[in-house]
Amino acid sequence: MKTISVLEDRKKQIYQKGQDGFDISCEQKSLAGSVSQRACVFCGSRVVLYPIADALHLIHGPIGCASYTWDIRGALSSGPELHRMSFSTDLSETDIIFGGEKKLEQALFELIDAYEPRAAFVYCTCIVGIIGDDVDAVCRKVAARVGIPVLPVHSEGFKGTKKDSYKAACDALFTLIDQSKEPPKKIPLGINILGEFNIGGETWIIKDYYRRMGIETVAVMTGDGRVKDIQSAQRACLNVVQCSGSLTHLAKEMEEVYGIPYIRVSYFGIEDTASALYDVASFFAGSPAIMEKTTRLVQEEVCAIIPDLEEIKQDLAGKRAAIYVGGAFKAFSLIKALKYLGMEVVLVGSQTGNKEDYALLKKMCRPGTIILDDANPLELAKYIMEKDAHLFIGGVKEKPIAYKLGIGFCDHNHERKIPLAGFAGMRNFAREIHETITSPIWELVPGKGQKNIPESLNKG
Amino acid sequence: MKTKAYTATRNACKMCTPLGAALVFHGIEGTIPLLHGSQGCSTYMRRYMISHFKEPVDIASSNFSEETAIFGGGANLKQAIENVSRQYAPEMIGIATTCLSETIGDDVPMILEKMGNQINQTALVHVSTPSFSGTHVDGFHGAVRAVVGQCNPLSNRTKYTPKTKKRINLFPGMLSNEDLRHLKEIFTDLNIDLILLPDYSERLEGPSWVEYQAIQKGGTPIRDIRKMNASTGSMEFGTILARFAGKGEKSAAALLKKRFDVPWESLGIPIGVKATDIFFSVMERLTLKSMPEKYKKQRGRLIDAYVDGNKYVSKKRAIVYGEEDFVAAMAGFLAEIGIIPVLCASGGNSGLLKQALSELIPQNIFKQVEVHNGMDFTRMEQQARELSPDFVIGNSKGYTMARHLNIPLVRVGFPIHDRLGGSRILHIGYQGTQHLFDTIVNTLLQTRQDTSKIGYAYM
Ligand code: SF4
Ligand code: SF4
Repeated sequence: MKTISVLEDRKKQIYQKGQDGFDISCEQKSLAGSVSQRACVFCGSRVVLYPIADALHLIHGPIGCASYTWDIRGALSSGPELHRMSFSTDLSETDIIFGGEKKLEQALFELIDAYEPRAAFVYCTCIVGIIGDDVDAVCRKVAARVGIPVLPVHSEGFKGTKKDSYKAACDALFTLIDQSKEPPKKIPLGINILGEFNIGGETWIIKDYYRRMGIETVAVMTGDGRVKDIQSAQRACLNVVQCSGSLTHLAKEMEEVYGIPYIRVSYFGIEDTASALYDVASFFAGSPAIMEKTTRLVQEEVCAIIPDLEEIKQDLAGKRAAIYVGGAFKAFSLIKALKYLGMEVVLVGSQTGNKEDYALLKKMCRPGTIILDDANPLELAKYIMEKDAHLFIGGVKEKPIAYKLGIGFCDHNHERKIPLAGFAGMRNFAREIHETITSPIWELVPGKGQKNIPESLNKG
Repeated sequence: MKTKAYTATRNACKMCTPLGAALVFHGIEGTIPLLHGSQGCSTYMRRYMISHFKEPVDIASSNFSEETAIFGGGANLKQAIENVSRQYAPEMIGIATTCLSETIGDDVPMILEKMGNQINQTALVHVSTPSFSGTHVDGFHGAVRAVVGQCNPLSNRTKYTPKTKKRINLFPGMLSNEDLRHLKEIFTDLNIDLILLPDYSERLEGPSWVEYQAIQKGGTPIRDIRKMNASTGSMEFGTILARFAGKGEKSAAALLKKRFDVPWESLGIPIGVKATDIFFSVMERLTLKSMPEKYKKQRGRLIDAYVDGNKYVSKKRAIVYGEEDFVAAMAGFLAEIGIIPVLCASGGNSGLLKQALSELIPQNIFKQVEVHNGMDFTRMEQQARELSPDFVIGNSKGYTMARHLNIPLVRVGFPIHDRLGGSRILHIGYQGTQHLFDTIVNTLLQTRQDTSKIGYAYM
């Protein structure tokens, strides 16, 4: 086998537990020429704000950025579906030369008139940053005329990393909340759910848990999102932050300005989901009934899925998994969940982890595990082969790597259609990886399961 | 109905220029595409192509940062080229400039020139692909032309060696993998050498790996591209492209004609009996070889099927959309079987589609056809409502529209991201037409069955 070389400049971003002594380097921009799995600042902002279903999302730039993101996320809405449209100012050469402000303004007026959104987000893409359109001014002008919030999202693709993209989205959300005209009267047992995007209906699962615990969800940011709900967000007593990479910034801002504390949770896997719910219940210790209900809920839910999981575990025991996801927090939960299923994690990486994330990952992983920051297809393939994984957990861009190498795959990104959050989500997750790992087709794949194939045919 | 003119594009019926270029580079042996610009563009395009081809699609990026955008991308580009060359050891790096590098005005040709247009034996080819003036199709043709141009400099006329065997350059445009394989089969049957550019049919649809492949096998060999200047002739698919090419603007075949006087034949994508007949007659003209028996039989079976199915398709109304050349070919085929392509729409904006269609489609049918350039799906859907179509034919992007209109969608073209096997759809030749015809008839029959109160089992 031809060995895959790792670029010199990337060596510090790859760490093998038990072998390497250095601190993994992270939070840098991707190396020029490396086929990074990362997208851009615009991508991150769009992901966070996307599920707000009664807002207009207008992408200011040439067509590609909008075209490639049309309805690609699995964020469901229980009502309006404006978020599933792809609006773009589709800048042409003359706009680039003379500026796109007029076109943007015109587009906003027309769209707001036609679709009557509750708010509008204007995403600035790379070109807009270069041609220097004063998007803020246009937004202010339009907002004053139409009477809804029109918010610029400064997400020029080249201006930083995914972290900056989240900050841009958080800033837009904070402005939206801040512009609320409602009196900020507190809702006693009210929480906001942050960093939950209703992929495959996950928000509904989580909200239902809280409802059964006796807790009121004031706003979800941004799963199945509505502008009005988000504008009421200051009425909550607690912010519960999942996907901390994306929305911690907003939680911190809300703590500072509105005095709403926040806790970090994960709804993935039995262990993490249960502790998320218990943590929230403990916060409301003043109402003991909540903890009682929570305990009952967790018991019921766990009992409902255990028989299935026990059966699945028999087939998965000892199988090796590789994980490559966007945020490191997702990776923590995945490691725990896989461990619960009896599997071993041999590779784990993220697009956006920070120092603390990687320190924790190092602690959680067994010796020999490869830890990767901002990887590319070559590196991923290299270590999947070296570690002989049976399963790869990632997103759409990682799928063909797994399949070409003849191993199972599970989509754990924004584009999937099946909910993986909560207890029911854990069952879906286990079923999905069970389905893929135990598929008989691997026996036919060259390289891996050649046993049953005549030697002469098995040359690939 | 006149739909209100909209400033914004709502659900675009086009993709951006570098995507087409990246696809072409994936159709050249040992070549890696490198987008000069910010990271997001290449990641999005990769993601997009992966969901159509279901294959690894590596596209490198020079990963602009803020400083790069301000001070220029020269250093980034150089570093990117070095890193790509180190990691992939490619034969060629195909560099396409995104909107960003085009806008800040990086002089890529000069940067490459300074590097001698190569790095460690790796050829560096550049195509200018600003998306604010074109669509993915322009990027596609631009890349083909750039590669042919660079591999065939005027000074490097290949020695003409008289041969018994003819050799044809074929520029098929943006076809499916199966289409490309079918073309190769036809040329093998005719015993004519073929240089097909691009040819991603193996690379973007290979077997699982026994050994790791940094760059998948397949693609047009670069040494073949260098020989194009001495071929018997060039064929190029695309009626719209031909109109541009007439002005010598976009076409690789026009370039070979101009530089080396290689005879050049332009024709529409061969979909339908008439268009495929033209394809074989052009072949005959260029190579003096007539249609093999096998294809005569396919043609015969196809026309026989037309007869069997005539009543189910006659006077049916279809909405056709996609890239302009594809729409033209598809509309021509539909008209041939008596379906009225009531709305022909493209996100492309050449301004040439209407004229092309009026020449392709008989006047009695053309009178009933609306043609729209620069269209998006939202306007298309509004327009479609007025036209009571029976079905929609085009890529997966029309799914939402079809769903709203509550009529079936026949999937053809690119991208097909909500089905398996988009790259295995055969559109061209008698065999491809057969496949399309059967699919359309069966789709219409299925609708009849589904909406019939009783349901029926024999036809
Ligand atoms: S900036 Fe240009 S090249 Fe990049 S995705 Fe947008 S349209 Fe395409
Ligand atoms: S142009 Fe910029 S914002 Fe748009 S996809 Fe490319 S990197 Fe992202």
